[in-house]
Amino acid sequence: MSIIFNAGRLGIAVATAFSLVTLTMTPSFAAAKVQRLVTPGGIEAWFVQDATVPLIAMEYAFGGGAAQDPKDKSGTANMVASLMDEGAGDLDSSTFRDRMERRAIELNFNAQRDYLRGSLRMLKEHRDEAFDLARLALTSPRFDAPDVERIRAQIMSGLRRETSNPNSLATRKFLQMAFGDHPYSRPSNGSLTDVPTINVDDIKAYKQRIVAKDTLKIAVVGDVDPGTLATLLDKTFGALPAKATLTPVPEVTAVKPPQKESVTLDVPQTVITFGSPGVKRDDPNFMAAYIVNHILGGGTLSSRLYHEVREKRGLVYSVSGSLLWMQHSGIYIGSTATRADRATETVDTVTSEVKRMAEQGPTQRELDEAKSYLKGSQMLALDTSSKLAGALLQYQLDKLPIDYIEKRNAIVDAVTLDQAKAAAKKLWADGLLTVVVGRAPQAAAAPVAPAPKAN
Amino acid sequence: MTSSFRLAARSVAVVALLLAPAFAISGARAQAVTAKPPTTFKLDNGMQVVVIEDHRTPVVTQMIWYKVGSADETPGKSGLAHFLEHLMFKGTAKHPVGEFSQTVQRVGGEENAFTSTDYTGYYQRISKDQLGKMMEFEADRMTGLVLKDENVLPERDVVLEEYNMRVANSPDARLSEQIMAALYLNHPYGRPIIGWHQEIEKLDREDALAFYKRFYAPNNATLIIAGDVDPQEIRPMVERTYGVIPAQPAIPERRMRPQEPTPAAPRTVTLADPRVEQTSLRRYYQVPSATTAAAGESQALDVLAQLIGGGANSYLYRALVVDKQLAVNAGASYQGTALDSAQFMISASPKPGAEFADIEKTIDAVIADLATNPVPAADLERVKTQLVAEATYAQDSQASLARWYGAALTTGLSVEDIRSWPDRIKAVTAEQVRAAAQTWLDKKRSVTGYLIKDTSAPKREEKRS
Repeated sequence: MSIIFNAGRLGIAVATAFSLVTLTMTPSFAAAKVQRLVTPGGIEAWFVQDATVPLIAMEYAFGGGAAQDPKDKSGTANMVASLMDEGAGDLDSSTFRDRMERRAIELNFNAQRDYLRGSLRMLKEHRDEAFDLARLALTSPRFDAPDVERIRAQIMSGLRRETSNPNSLATRKFLQMAFGDHPYSRPSNGSLTDVPTINVDDIKAYKQRIVAKDTLKIAVVGDVDPGTLATLLDKTFGALPAKATLTPVPEVTAVKPPQKESVTLDVPQTVITFGSPGVKRDDPNFMAAYIVNHILGGGTLSSRLYHEVREKRGLVYSVSGSLLWMQHSGIYIGSTATRADRATETVDTVTSEVKRMAEQGPTQRELDEAKSYLKGSQMLALDTSSKLAGALLQYQLDKLPIDYIEKRNAIVDAVTLDQAKAAAKKLWADGLLTVVVGRAPQAAAAPVAPAPKAN
Repeated sequence: MTSSFRLAARSVAVVALLLAPAFAISGARAQAVTAKPPTTFKLDNGMQVVVIEDHRTPVVTQMIWYKVGSADETPGKSGLAHFLEHLMFKGTAKHPVGEFSQTVQRVGGEENAFTSTDYTGYYQRISKDQLGKMMEFEADRMTGLVLKDENVLPERDVVLEEYNMRVANSPDARLSEQIMAALYLNHPYGRPIIGWHQEIEKLDREDALAFYKRFYAPNNATLIIAGDVDPQEIRPMVERTYGVIPAQPAIPERRMRPQEPTPAAPRTVTLADPRVEQTSLRRYYQVPSATTAAAGESQALDVLAQLIGGGANSYLYRALVVDKQLAVNAGASYQGTALDSAQFMISASPKPGAEFADIEKTIDAVIADLATNPVPAADLERVKTQLVAEATYAQDSQASLARWYGAALTTGLSVEDIRSWPDRIKAVTAEQVRAAAQTWLDKKRSVTGYLIKDTSAPKREEKRS
């Protein structure tokens, strides 16, 4: 899904066939063994002890993310995340990096829409050093001026690239259309006008407000015993402030479809982003919506969109949609791309498939097969320590129970055909929000490569 | 911020049926090592089988690798290996179009396929009780493919859209295409894997079937099974499905391609595109692959790439980004997995206003220093630790292991080569690194590419509606 949002800084949980981690769990090496660990210092973590591979993976998150960026300083959270592994305590950036690299410790942070996330992976023999570097990064990041400017230059370079990238333009325009002036309309990596104004004080203030114990969620998978892990977690997170200071983010529903916008850009292939208001993760009909999205365009080789748009008509290489959920909203978003002169046909085909699904819903057979897929695919989502840790963190952020793994099949099975039809209708009865980025229609009709004029 | 700046947008090293993040890492090093050696055996029809056990989850990955890639295409038919890869999903006499994929999906499995210069691969990830069925399907399509124009022609349009997405819409990818074409004067590695647009447009059913019959056979295939399986238990299953397919004796044991003359002149290419908002400089050197290198040389190049451009403490990043502040990013990489030569790549994204000439001067100085002076022991130790750790991290993913073994085995390496990789990295000396820099990072072996903004093109209207 890296096409949709830049640089993997998604900011929103994505659920497609290729990133089921966020949703599907399974009876696997994980299932029976997920422990809820509470340290003497009161830090809580979900934990799976497994010694198959001599490594430890930890994923954790603080509430906040890009939605907490100051109003005219979008990209603040992203800068904080980009700088937290650039030197801490007595260690300048180069020395800090050197300490990581000498032991092949992987430590990084990223800013999502609602969360500031951290991740740490190490070979087990380097665990003390790894957790100690994480402690330093969390408690005393330096934010030295030369590092701030170096990282700012990299972010600005990325933002400049995006100004002529049709996928970035489509996503930006889509989020603006869907969310208006709500914080969710702003890209996590900020803008060319805002990023230059973010100063060291802004960065320090954000870190001070957000990195605190009360919103912290942790998942750990790997070759470490619970007692040792408890000690490491207390050392790493124990000294953080007790409470974060969060600005309330209002609930928001994406704008009502249909709406259409276009951006003119001279590219051979036109990019089309489409979507509609979605469902939140705690919506009782979430699973029904998830299933109908899978059937419509969940990213497999059997979805309706794949069949109609790609297989039958050869219009596109890739077409799929996802349900994304945030703390205060939910959205359906899909993407595809085709050569300029077939853009209208592609939009029409997608639109009519969405309409057909909204009006008639899936068939019983499609529903049965989708359920079968969703149940069977659970275990694929958990076959590495890192994926499992990521999933266990996402479950906590989504406020799901620790035994969700076992419960999930029953939740999938319980969705009836009527519920699926109702979910499809709710998602798509109003039609689509559409953004088209490419050549203007009159230019698209012209030959792709105009013949050079003889002088 | 992530320190290891892998080349921002490298050439289309692998193209695939579906856009899949799983294959974002392409041409990865042959470095996957498990605690327990994989089980290998060969069928009577010549098919090689490798079984990698991972019992954490009741999941199995089946990957079949054919020793045929874009570098094996006939001139004029570029893109054919990849086009056929797409068409392999169009059904057989026994299993009509869609049945295989629907079966995979019904059980919650995942599937895809990919094409590189030297190999074409297909895989499914499924729960272990489905493995027999998957083998039956995969063996069936090794020889049973049925192609009809009603399926072939729309799929050609799909591939052209893949070309538009990967290449035409991306100035960085267009530059890579030009650099590769300039780097190889005679060897087919200079052709894009996805093909040249005007040749893809003309590929047809007959082309695909002829290519299929010529290259798809058990004696040209390697089967990798990774996951929760017992090699003794699955062997009869492999014999029953794949073992009955006759070998094709016409397929030669070794692939012979036109080889490069000794490189004699450095070349430059400049790609100007109106959409360029961040210029970039990339230099590719033609260097030995893990298969063609003398003992120790490929590992010295692995170490050298990590020293020059692996992370924020690498020499080039420090020189260009931290000290001289000429670039916003800089990196280097070496992809040693190839049947013939490999590429050593250096890249830099200039800061606004920085001159390419100043950046190149810095690159040249970093290389000259490495070619003259032995690297400090502490630096050597640091990068070796990082490289060896990658092998341990790789154990965490059965799909990655399957991919690494498959890529290595289809480009002329052995299981032992893969397993001994960490030890051979540890054995690299400072003198070997110096010699590798001196011998292989010779400008005569290189193409330098510049990506610049085209300001001359008549601007189409850019108003927004």
